Amino acid sequence: MSLLEIENLSLSIHGTDILKQVNLSIAPGQIVAVTGESGSGKSMTALAVMQLLPDGAKTTGAIRVNGSDMLDRDENDLCALRGAAIGMVFQEPMTALNPVKTIGDQVMETILIHKAMPPRQARDRAEEVLTRVGLPPDRFPLSRFPHELSGGQRQRVVIAMAIALRPKLLIADEPTTALDVTTQAQILKLLKGLVSEYDMGLLMITHDLAVVADMADQIVVMRQGEVVESGATAHLLHHMQHPYTSMLFKASGHQVSLPEPAKSRPLLEATNVIRDYRLPRKGLFDSPEHHRVVDHVSFTLNSGERLGLVGESGCGKSTLTKAILGLEEVQGGDIRLDGQPVFSGHKPNLAVRRKMQVVFQDPYGSFNPRHRVARLITEPFHLLDAPVMGSERQDRIAEMLTAVGLSPDDAGKYIHEFSGGQRQRIAIARALIIRPELILFDEAVSALDVSVRAQILDLLAELCEAYDLTYLFISHDLSVVRTITDRVMVMRAGKIVEEGDTESVFSDPQHQYTKDLINAAPVLPDIGRDVA
Amino acid sequence: MRFLRIFWFHRCWTRRARTPNVASMLRYALKRLISLVISLAVASVVIFAVIEVAPGDPASFMLGVNAQEDTLAALRAELGLDVSKVQRYFNWVGGMMVGDFGTSYTYRTPVSQMIADRLWVSLPLALYALTLSTAIAFPVGIYAAARRGKPGDLTVMGATQLGIAVPNFWFAMMLVLVFAINLRWFNAGGFAGWDKGLWTGLHSLTLPAIALALPQAAILARVMRSSLLDILGEDFMRTARAKGLSRRQALWRHGVRNALIPVLTIIGLQFSFLLAGSIIIEQVFYLPGLGRLVFQAISARDLIVVESVVMLLVFAVITVNFLVDLAYAAVDPRLRSRT
Repeated sequence: MSLLEIENLSLSIHGTDILKQVNLSIAPGQIVAVTGESGSGKSMTALAVMQLLPDGAKTTGAIRVNGSDMLDRDENDLCALRGAAIGMVFQEPMTALNPVKTIGDQVMETILIHKAMPPRQARDRAEEVLTRVGLPPDRFPLSRFPHELSGGQRQRVVIAMAIALRPKLLIADEPTTALDVTTQAQILKLLKGLVSEYDMGLLMITHDLAVVADMADQIVVMRQGEVVESGATAHLLHHMQHPYTSMLFKASGHQVSLPEPAKSRPLLEATNVIRDYRLPRKGLFDSPEHHRVVDHVSFTLNSGERLGLVGESGCGKSTLTKAILGLEEVQGGDIRLDGQPVFSGHKPNLAVRRKMQVVFQDPYGSFNPRHRVARLITEPFHLLDAPVMGSERQDRIAEMLTAVGLSPDDAGKYIHEFSGGQRQRIAIARALIIRPELILFDEAVSALDVSVRAQILDLLAELCEAYDLTYLFISHDLSVVRTITDRVMVMRAGKIVEEGDTESVFSDPQHQYTKDLINAAPVLPDIGRDVA
Repeated sequence: MRFLRIFWFHRCWTRRARTPNVASMLRYALKRLISLVISLAVASVVIFAVIEVAPGDPASFMLGVNAQEDTLAALRAELGLDVSKVQRYFNWVGGMMVGDFGTSYTYRTPVSQMIADRLWVSLPLALYALTLSTAIAFPVGIYAAARRGKPGDLTVMGATQLGIAVPNFWFAMMLVLVFAINLRWFNAGGFAGWDKGLWTGLHSLTLPAIALALPQAAILARVMRSSLLDILGEDFMRTARAKGLSRRQALWRHGVRNALIPVLTIIGLQFSFLLAGSIIIEQVFYLPGLGRLVFQAISARDLIVVESVVMLLVFAVITVNFLVDLAYAAVDPRLRSRT
């Protein structure tokens, strides 16, 4: 018998249809992955199973857990089921735990709230599950607070809370999306182990098809609230029926062909760059200690070259980016663009600054919502001594918007009228408008859906052709860096541990850390691409 | 139920006390204490400087324009005004340390005694009002947050809007009209004194305390509500629900304590305000409080009294801030490791 049976589930929130006739089922010991792009309704499906939907939600159909329908139950019954029969793990481990309570209290709460056992036993059980998820109490006492743990460790706590009462069904909503590849690999392994050990059913929501292919027994592909295709993983990957599924897989492994880089002079030169952050004083009269975030980094970026920078979170990528942009002063070494220092006399060097532009990760937060597009993309003009004015300004706006695949008419619109992918196009237009010699892409495609990401990568390749771009592409996503750069640097704990031609670094990594990174990254099976 | 909750808080407290967090809490307290002492020292210099540079010689003001030069000199010597300013500053600070605030220029009585008398009215009044406003605001704020957008919430929002808009002296007059004049439950004004017993004293402070507390409670309830609403949208509240907590349990166990930080800030500010800012209420109810003392001292150019009361208020405000800082750290473990 199925553990979870969703039958013709439809959901509307305040009259807007979110889910339409969704069907899926999970057997004990089975992993079912629901995948699709943002807005496809995959998270809502998970929340519907928990019956933790937002206000104004109306559900029809049936969600049977162990044969009984969740939709027929009253709130008290649901509370008794949540946490005991169904556990849930969320995407964002940094905020999923209550910051003012110890991890022990939070794990024990799952047990105590269901009155499953007396406090003393609950404490033992909490220690047991925390040990099971890799946080043994001798190293991670129950009295730890969440802020004393890393993201991966916090996700382990969240998993411990979810499995403390050995639920038959576990729901994981993008459990590894916020984590580094190596941590992701560990968490996925843990989840897989738990499923077989406890004979649980796992409903996993993820947009990452490589993870899906690796983990799931069954795949459910959703689009705009509907299931477009579902089936056993191997079968579905070999026989994709729906064009949307094959489009998703094609987009995930999207490759672009960059034009040959024009070999020429060094543009950006970093020599022995050191960036220290001051830590708070330990005692009143102690001198403050320093944390070295960027440690003797040296590299050269030639003009016309596309350089990648990869590494896990906290390795110093972003700090290095800020130093290159002249946003922060370095404590040692030298960064020069075209032979001129980016930072001189404790001030950013404006003459150099205008030759660089940056595109950030978040297409939603990096624009002023009260300015029109024309004003947003002409912002870099203020770096120039003689800002471009009049009809030339209009021409430049029109040219840039056309170049990034938008229409010149879009200049009069506000940013909220655009989708995430369009916003990232506008960000690129903003970076390109003063024809900078160097562009920094800081995780510029990480927040985008696979299909949109593929389009933006294509756009970059086109722009390389048209404008001879030189860029530094910073990302944690190895597959993207592999296709969009000529040369790559691998950064770890503030140091560049490996550097070389992108293809040779990826196909024949020399440093152990590079090997670990590449091994940890889930790979799409080749089948997906062949079918297309 | 409420008792159980208090017990639960207590249990968390004692359990935490056994953990290594005590050390970080103590270190944090020590740091805050050092900054308290520094703030007080700076404040004393600033107060002394500002009041001393104000024009006007207290001695000639007291004796009038026709005073003889030698009488003036004698009075200046008596008041300790004949030494250098630096010397006077240290005399003043040194005196305060041992409880000697000097002698009032106008009343010729020890300032410490004058302040002590007034403080016995103002401090209990402020505490009384603060207790009332917290006791009203917490349940009301939590109630409104739990029923966001529903009639209960809208009623609370309307009422608190009114509470903020209406000045406290109007409340004071209405309270007098209803409870003193019509119902005769309370006296219309005056302070009975503590020597007739705690109950009599509290009884005569009740109407002023309510008048002071209502607008403060309205502000506090709104802060509590919005702070709690922010917390209700947090991811960990959803986690709590996924564990099987009901809406109400999640609110109490995970929401309230997280929502306290902004509320504590406001409580700290309100106490400082209530201690010295209640002059209008003191006037309405004929209470011999600190506010009136400062007012009279300023009009009489009784600098030593003004200086001392201002210093005392600064001391109170800084101490309250210190306590609020400690409360922050007690509520939020992240603050203990920082700063």
